Amino acid sequence: MAEVIQPVAAAEVKSATKNTISKIALIGNPNSGKSSLFNQLTGLNQKVGNFPGVTVDKKTGISQLTPQHKAQIVDLPGTYSLYPKSLDEKVIIDLLYNKKSELYPDVIIITVDASNLKRNLLLYTQLADLGIPAVLALNMTDVAEKHGVKINVEQLQQDLGVPVIPMNARKGIGITALKIVISQQLEKPAKSFFDIPDDLLVLVRQIRYYFELKNDYLALHYAHQYKKLSFLSDSDKDYIEDLLQKTNFDSNTRQAGETIERYTLINELLLDSVKVTKAESNEKFSNKLDQILTHKIWGYLIFFSVLFLMFQAIFAWATYPMDMIDLGIATLNNFIQSRFDGPLVNLLTEGVIAGLGGVLIFIPQIALLFAFIAILEETGYMARVTFMMDKIMRKFGLNGKSIVPLISGVACAVPAVMAARTIDNWKDRMITIFVTPLMSCSARIPVYTVLIALVVPARYYLGFLNLQGMVLMGLYLLGFIAAILSAWVMKMILKTKERSYFIMEFPVYKMPRWKNVGITIIEKVKAFVFEAGKIIVAISIILWVLASYGPGNAMQNAEQSARQEAAVRQLSTEETEMQVSAQKLESSYAGLFGRTIEPAIRPLGYDWKIGIALLTSFAAREVFIGTISTIYSVGGDGDNISTIKEKLLAEKDAAGNPFFTPARAFSLLIFYVFAMQCMSTLATVYRETRSWQWPIMQLFYMSGLAYVSAYFVYQIFK
Amino acid sequence: MQKDQRSVRDLKIGEKGTICCLNDAEMSLKLLEMGCIPGTVVKLNSKAPLGDPITIIVNDYTLSLRLDEAATIMLKK
Repeated sequence: MAEVIQPVAAAEVKSATKNTISKIALIGNPNSGKSSLFNQLTGLNQKVGNFPGVTVDKKTGISQLTPQHKAQIVDLPGTYSLYPKSLDEKVIIDLLYNKKSELYPDVIIITVDASNLKRNLLLYTQLADLGIPAVLALNMTDVAEKHGVKINVEQLQQDLGVPVIPMNARKGIGITALKIVISQQLEKPAKSFFDIPDDLLVLVRQIRYYFELKNDYLALHYAHQYKKLSFLSDSDKDYIEDLLQKTNFDSNTRQAGETIERYTLINELLLDSVKVTKAESNEKFSNKLDQILTHKIWGYLIFFSVLFLMFQAIFAWATYPMDMIDLGIATLNNFIQSRFDGPLVNLLTEGVIAGLGGVLIFIPQIALLFAFIAILEETGYMARVTFMMDKIMRKFGLNGKSIVPLISGVACAVPAVMAARTIDNWKDRMITIFVTPLMSCSARIPVYTVLIALVVPARYYLGFLNLQGMVLMGLYLLGFIAAILSAWVMKMILKTKERSYFIMEFPVYKMPRWKNVGITIIEKVKAFVFEAGKIIVAISIILWVLASYGPGNAMQNAEQSARQEAAVRQLSTEETEMQVSAQKLESSYAGLFGRTIEPAIRPLGYDWKIGIALLTSFAAREVFIGTISTIYSVGGDGDNISTIKEKLLAEKDAAGNPFFTPARAFSLLIFYVFAMQCMSTLATVYRETRSWQWPIMQLFYMSGLAYVSAYFVYQIFK
Repeated sequence: MQKDQRSVRDLKIGEKGTICCLNDAEMSLKLLEMGCIPGTVVKLNSKAPLGDPITIIVNDYTLSLRLDEAATIMLKK
């Protein structure tokens, strides 16, 4: 370290004495390059946590400002003002208005889009009045220059009373200067931009002294937003409410007045420091592109091609790495099992490692889907998607952006549910997450194909319409209709104080920043593996124990009787092993479970054997086939559809008739269209909504829907 | 509300108008923050393929909003 001390020694002495990590909050308008700057400052030293009570990710990271000075940086959600309109933005005031908050910043960095200075400065002037030391990161200076906007930085700095650092966060220009400035002791902004009206001063001062606040403007915000501040106690809120009632405080009018006054001031102020030479040329390129990309016909064609490509990627391309992960896990398990023996080894291989495999298997799909989503967001195309789809989706309580999760859900609900994060409105996001698993995912395909092959003849109509194919399509359609209708019902039920707005900046097209795309992918994969993954591994171990152990010595007895029976019937070794595993599964806790729930599932046409499969396929739907193969001793290659089909067709009921009648098979098919038979999805919904309430509601709703529909199908067709 | 007063909703593509007032108290807060201040010139830039939402140009940037929202931005005659 010795060699680096000399050049910055003078500046270091002061900050080194503090010897603590300073806390910095990053705040700015959406599209002002905030996340680029965050990535530039922290690199991969990022951690994703959560703000209490909301579903926004709390991104924090460590930045080495100077060799001796580290800072913890928290990335706050993008916002246009300190009067938050959405639940997500609420975390900003919760953090900035509470000195006791653990992330209360020593310094704030405000990112400002230089090509759109007027609107971006509104937030700055509010922050300045709060009196927190600040730096203004004047971002996208290159874009501004291209648009003919000339900014006199020195003049601006003087007028705003704050250090202004011109920069281009995408290319990393200005980062060093910014780091040096924030590593120094900063003062609060030297100017104030809003005088609290005289008739409010008494009220404001009362609040200020009651809460021991250091400034009037903060007290005014308490008056406006006390209901939204989660750190205030009920008696605190009552105190403010009483005061407001006594003084007839009209929050809306006051806020509107303040905003207009601030804009007037900003307009005057910018006359000095900003010169625009050629106006209105800025949006021309984007506008031209929009004429095609949001065109009545081309717009939708292009959008559906993009969706198709995304779908292809997660449906088809992802299978290669997924097969490799599968193979890797199987090889590892075989290796361990061939070297070691004993119950703990089985727990390790078939419980823990298999469970881990069940988590890792989703990584390729998540990575691919988020590569696409990040690019769509980065380029500004996502805003166009929302723009084109808003009118249709809104009718069903969904959002223009809901289309991406819904379509991705056809491949896999896990990344799809995660994709709902891009929806800003809380209610729209929850509805999307809730209905996405109703879309038929690829894990349902094995179940569909086997059951359809069983009862639907491979007949052709008009020479090309395959009956089996049509039934399959019908099942997909059914899932889609269920999703849309459920969304519509939820729109009616779900109440929220948050109003749904579409008022947002329509960003200009940009090239994606690949670093941001990469970081998004890593972040999403990490969030899934470490947060949803824990739950998935835990549940797979429980399921494994249920299927491998039985009460008392039931398992040993089952093995013995199976071997005796096999010896009597002179079965081959392979057939004997099949017999053993079938009988063991029947005697396990899972078998017990199947028998216990049999009365409940009999009206759907199922027996206890199917009951076992319903339990085990909770791990993932395709496990249904594996379990059925074991129970009915299909043996050999359990994946072979025709072998399974023959075995299942040979299965007889008590009266000696074929067990798998069309009524039973269709009842099962409908059950699998609707049922929430996927612990990974539930774990992901928990991770995304930060509460168990949503996944549990989803489990009951979907299982209930599945049960009722399957019941009617069986009763009508039997 | 007089019938003959137009709102941003009534603009044709490419047509400009000057904001006179905002007539939805709660939504006006959001619109003001986005720079739709009385006296500002707005231009209807484009409409979504299904006619709603729309984009307008205000203060040199593009803002998208729904027709219902645009209807609360009244224009000077």
